[in-house]
Amino acid sequence: MSLTFTATLADRGFDVAFDLAPGETLAVLGPNGAGKSTLLGLLAGLLAPTAGRAELDGTVLFDVGPDRRTLTEPRHRGVSLLAQEALLFPHLTALENVAFGPRSRGVDRGTARATALSWLDRVGAADLAGRRPGHLSGGQAQRVAVARALAADPSLLLLDEPLSALDVTVAPALRTLLRDVLVDRSAIIVTHDPLDAFLLADRVLILDGGTVVESGATASVLTRPVTAFGAHLAGLNLVPGVRTADGFASADGWTVPLTDTAPEDMSLAHSAPENSSLAHSAPEGASLALAVRPGLVTVSRSDTTTQGTACRAAEVDDVEHRGDLVRLHAGGLAADVAPSDVVALGIVPGSRLFLAFRHEDASIYPL
Amino acid sequence: MTASSPNAARLPRWVVALAVVGSLFVILPVVAMALRVDWPQFIPLITSESATAALLLSLRTSLTATALCVLVGVPMALVLARTSFRGQRLLRSLVLLPLVLPPVVGGIALLYTFGRRGLLGGSLSALGVEIAFTTTAVVLSQAFVALPFLVLSLEGALRTVGTRYEAVGATLGAGRWTVLRRITLPLVLPALVSGAVLSFARALGEFGATLTFAGSLQGTTRTLPLEVYLQRETDPDAAVALSFILVLVAVAVVGVAHRVRPLGDLAPRAASREAARP
Repeated sequence: MSLTFTATLADRGFDVAFDLAPGETLAVLGPNGAGKSTLLGLLAGLLAPTAGRAELDGTVLFDVGPDRRTLTEPRHRGVSLLAQEALLFPHLTALENVAFGPRSRGVDRGTARATALSWLDRVGAADLAGRRPGHLSGGQAQRVAVARALAADPSLLLLDEPLSALDVTVAPALRTLLRDVLVDRSAIIVTHDPLDAFLLADRVLILDGGTVVESGATASVLTRPVTAFGAHLAGLNLVPGVRTADGFASADGWTVPLTDTAPEDMSLAHSAPENSSLAHSAPEGASLALAVRPGLVTVSRSDTTTQGTACRAAEVDDVEHRGDLVRLHAGGLAADVAPSDVVALGIVPGSRLFLAFRHEDASIYPL
Repeated sequence: MTASSPNAARLPRWVVALAVVGSLFVILPVVAMALRVDWPQFIPLITSESATAALLLSLRTSLTATALCVLVGVPMALVLARTSFRGQRLLRSLVLLPLVLPPVVGGIALLYTFGRRGLLGGSLSALGVEIAFTTTAVVLSQAFVALPFLVLSLEGALRTVGTRYEAVGATLGAGRWTVLRRITLPLVLPALVSGAVLSFARALGEFGATLTFAGSLQGTTRTLPLEVYLQRETDPDAAVALSFILVLVAVAVVGVAHRVRPLGDLAPRAASREAARP
């Protein structure tokens, strides 16, 4: 393991443990106040835990218990932090900013400069070397900040929503850059954006209320979420239910048969077939989850139950405009429909209509 | 600023009228004094022996007092802004006391600290050090009244800048001294400069504490304000000419203190909004 981490912080209700393999990138997701920033603060040494221990490549970051209290100073941790804002030192040029890390570690001026230049070049900002942060755009500043964080040669790179303050036109280029530099690097990225998790992270940790509620490989967490928040992030409907003699049944009336061949599981990308057979082989009464994309849920005024389709009547709770689509919330499901359909069906909150999805569009797995 | 500017237009007229009265109250006396200056005799008046001695003494002591303020004021501001301890609020109030204390009272307090029969005076006498009624006493009086200006201005700047840059510096491997030297102090340098300039101005104008604690000996403790006060009795023209020098210094100080602003690029978000190119 590159990093082992166990920490509790009593006054924030924070209690998290996880490991990180060498070269692995972990995405930490969660609603506001879930403890994501606390996690980074503890690792960077900006916060002290009430109890816990973390070790990075053999260096103890902290080891706090009833009879011991080791807190390594931030500068000796080998942990660099890239925040939402670039936070470049405003009185130094881009080059001096990047050279700051090497200089602080006692590297001589010339070598530090050379290192800084090569990192600026690596992030595509070599031409900005002489500029002060005040004369950089947000995207340029964040590139320089990436170079500065990496020039310090950290054992672990922490990224705190590094793209969220950037203009949407700039974020993709920087995401590509991060993807590039994070290969084979131990990193933890806090993000709100499941796209970041998909593109940048090998594993995902979902926090809520200061504890880990879901964790696992990015693909499996984001295609087979087991919590409402995980499903929300993944943009999926999550319907909890149980294994019945015929297949899946939810408390609110959704039933989907499970067949031996389990074709219902193949439609979602990254899905691992063994999970559906796990659902299939689950004993009667076992908890199952059903995940289906809002875009694959259809609405109509009449019951459309047919072979291979699940259909149920529901009352519309909410109608939400999302760009060129309208998202309906009804009967615990979200359904994306075209605005013209909303008009044609006369849908308003309180309307009764039928929601349906094909069995093969749903992914069913044990909770 | 014209009456037709949109902001002025939104104010009630009586507010503007009172503002004009207030401004005249500040400006008129200075103008009145300038009119009273005996311009043909100006240079001889300010270059007389006693005037030159007072001017040089004032400059020397004020600069020394300013240096003293920087030396102890910067650490004080850092401790007040970057640490928290029991009694910190009380300490902050006490440090600012000279700001509101009548200078004469400050002088008496200093006398009972460093004077021959003061709290520390006895021990200092035993070491052969006499402070009261020497040039050192002038410097101490000036530093006493000027220190709050530096501490106040610097502590405010330190709080405004915040600790985020310092935290970044620490995660990049910088030790405490490196963070202080390469990040914290450069970031608050404008406030340090304007605080030092204000301290210098306050030191230059010091009268009450100096008179009480240091006396008025020509060339030793008689600074420019004391000289002005003294000349007023015997040679009003000289007093006015010397006063005018202090006015010029004050104008220069106000100019410098206003010109020095916090680094314009302390707000990276503003920069990112105006130029969103990759």
